Amino acid sequence: MSPAPVLVLACGNPSRGDDALGPLLLDRLQAWLEVTGEAAGSELLGDFQLQIEHALDLVGRRLVLFIDAGRQTPAPFVFRQAQAVDGAPYSTHALPPEALLAVLPRIDHQTAPPAFVLCVRGERFELGEGLSAAASCHADRAFELLQELFRTPEIDCWRSLLSG
Amino acid sequence: MQGDHFELENAPADAGTLRRVAIDPVSRVEGHGKVTLLLDENGQVQQVRLHIVEFRGFEKFIQGRPYWEVPVMVQRLCGICPVSHHLAAAKALDHVLGADRLTPTAEKVRRLMHYGQILQSHALHFFHLSSPDLLFGFASEAGRRNIVGVAAAYPEIARHGVLLRKFGQEVIRLTAGKRVHGTGAIPGGVNRSLNREERDSLLAEIYAIVGWSRQAVHLVKRLHAADPALYDSFGTFRSNILSLVGADGSLDFYDGHLRARDADGRILVDGFPIQNYQQLIREEVKPWSYMKFPFLAALGPQHGWYKVGPLARVQNCDRIPTPLAEAERREFIDHGQGNLVHAPLAYHWARMIEMLHAAETIKALLHDDDLSGSTLVTSGVRKRQGVGVIEAPRGTLIHHYQVDDDDLVSSCNLIVSTTHNNQPMNEAIRRVAQRYLSGRELTEGLLNHIEVAIRAFDPCLSCATHALGKMPLQLELQDAVGQVVDRRCTAS
Repeated sequence: MSPAPVLVLACGNPSRGDDALGPLLLDRLQAWLEVTGEAAGSELLGDFQLQIEHALDLVGRRLVLFIDAGRQTPAPFVFRQAQAVDGAPYSTHALPPEALLAVLPRIDHQTAPPAFVLCVRGERFELGEGLSAAASCHADRAFELLQELFRTPEIDCWRSLLSG
Repeated sequence: MQGDHFELENAPADAGTLRRVAIDPVSRVEGHGKVTLLLDENGQVQQVRLHIVEFRGFEKFIQGRPYWEVPVMVQRLCGICPVSHHLAAAKALDHVLGADRLTPTAEKVRRLMHYGQILQSHALHFFHLSSPDLLFGFASEAGRRNIVGVAAAYPEIARHGVLLRKFGQEVIRLTAGKRVHGTGAIPGGVNRSLNREERDSLLAEIYAIVGWSRQAVHLVKRLHAADPALYDSFGTFRSNILSLVGADGSLDFYDGHLRARDADGRILVDGFPIQNYQQLIREEVKPWSYMKFPFLAALGPQHGWYKVGPLARVQNCDRIPTPLAEAERREFIDHGQGNLVHAPLAYHWARMIEMLHAAETIKALLHDDDLSGSTLVTSGVRKRQGVGVIEAPRGTLIHHYQVDDDDLVSSCNLIVSTTHNNQPMNEAIRRVAQRYLSGRELTEGLLNHIEVAIRAFDPCLSCATHALGKMPLQLELQDAVGQVVDRRCTAS
């Protein structure tokens, strides 16, 4: 079975304050796509953080969107196109989207699909906290963008909506 | 034994003659990792302090919750090994329910889940985190020393790493019910078993998984053989070791009793029941660190600290109960020539032996029809507290809960593997810093080498939070009056 042409990969921990932005927006998008009858064209995946095996989730996609919280991101969010970067910095526990895009062709001989990052500003990330008021506002603004993106899930349209 | 460390650790930190070098790996949004090197007047490393914030606020997070929610909630503590927390919590709460002996199906489904977790975590650690250092060399170009670089130079190795990780994740999905935030283990047992089709789907891949795991062990052995002087001496220090072992002394990641050995390999404690862990282990608090410093109570804080994790486990057990991994364990033990292997870089070798054992165990379990049984839960006489101990990928993990008659958790205590390894990590860094720091210049080489030592243990830096825009690793040199004389920044 062919994978859905559009993949949304959201990262974050629902129990750590504004780190919940990714999964929260994923849930809202899922519900909205179902209401609009567009759910079949997209696969929505959530995880704590990106890891190397997520490269295999990119295979066969036409468009990919990463959603994540960002601490130093200009409010309310930044929407940008991601390019594969060889030698992107790595850390113990996570992989940036750019590195994931670079890994795919190395392990699966596939060209990485066009990918975009929606990074929503978060303020507080403590265990057990809920979403901050500021992050909640940022999420509302980001969801407006998501609706616009998924009304026309085409690369040219998405490029026209890139942040500044 | 390790006395020289404490002489230095107790050095007067307020002395005006000490310079301070701060290495600040702020790699998680709320987690704050920091290495401080305290130097004497001669520029020699006198003291090391590794600061890591982890699991802050855990008690508040759990207290007042119904006990049956806990195995699911604790997965949100750690994004890398949520299954370990899931199972340790379930095991602790088994005791609260009086379910001291699970049904065969429940125990085997949990074991399968756990060994899948070990496999995927060890694969991630080695291929994603450590292999770039080992394959390219610690001093190689930083931009190449990452998984992307490995994929470019060694595509088959990188591909095996990804597929091993993927397989482990699939084992977790089938046993826990979901790829993340699974619910498979519940107090008293499990809520699902595997059907024939699910077992067959994993069996179709397991033979390749065992083969790739074996190749990974051979790769690490070749790396050791290529530069034994480096691998045996880098950051090496002696310490006690601690782990679970099975009832017969075999390597067991899921259950057993606690065993400790001294630095020479002599057994200090054996057959220690996990429910009594507080009689065996104490925790020391130091004013400069959020993390506690566990030690064996009988030896005291100065001599009782110990290593946990693969290097401890592979040498603490009497045997590994799967043939390929046991053969590799014997070769590893022979490498020590009658002594315990204490080299931090040998963690990687031991880790790959464990990954091979996990793969072999998964293969055996998949052929066991108990996995498809229908008796999933048991219970007994209700108790007010329970302790669950498991060997998580990075080492011994202890969960301890007290539950009131209203079924709400009233208190909890966790000792995670990174906490057990707190003192050993400090010691490894100090050894490396003593060897590679010179003068007043902070070099990328020094930073690289300290990172390599830390990665051998792979501490959890509040890893359950992910956010873009993390701060990079920072290295700072201050003179005797606290003035910054050098600063270096790299990606983390």
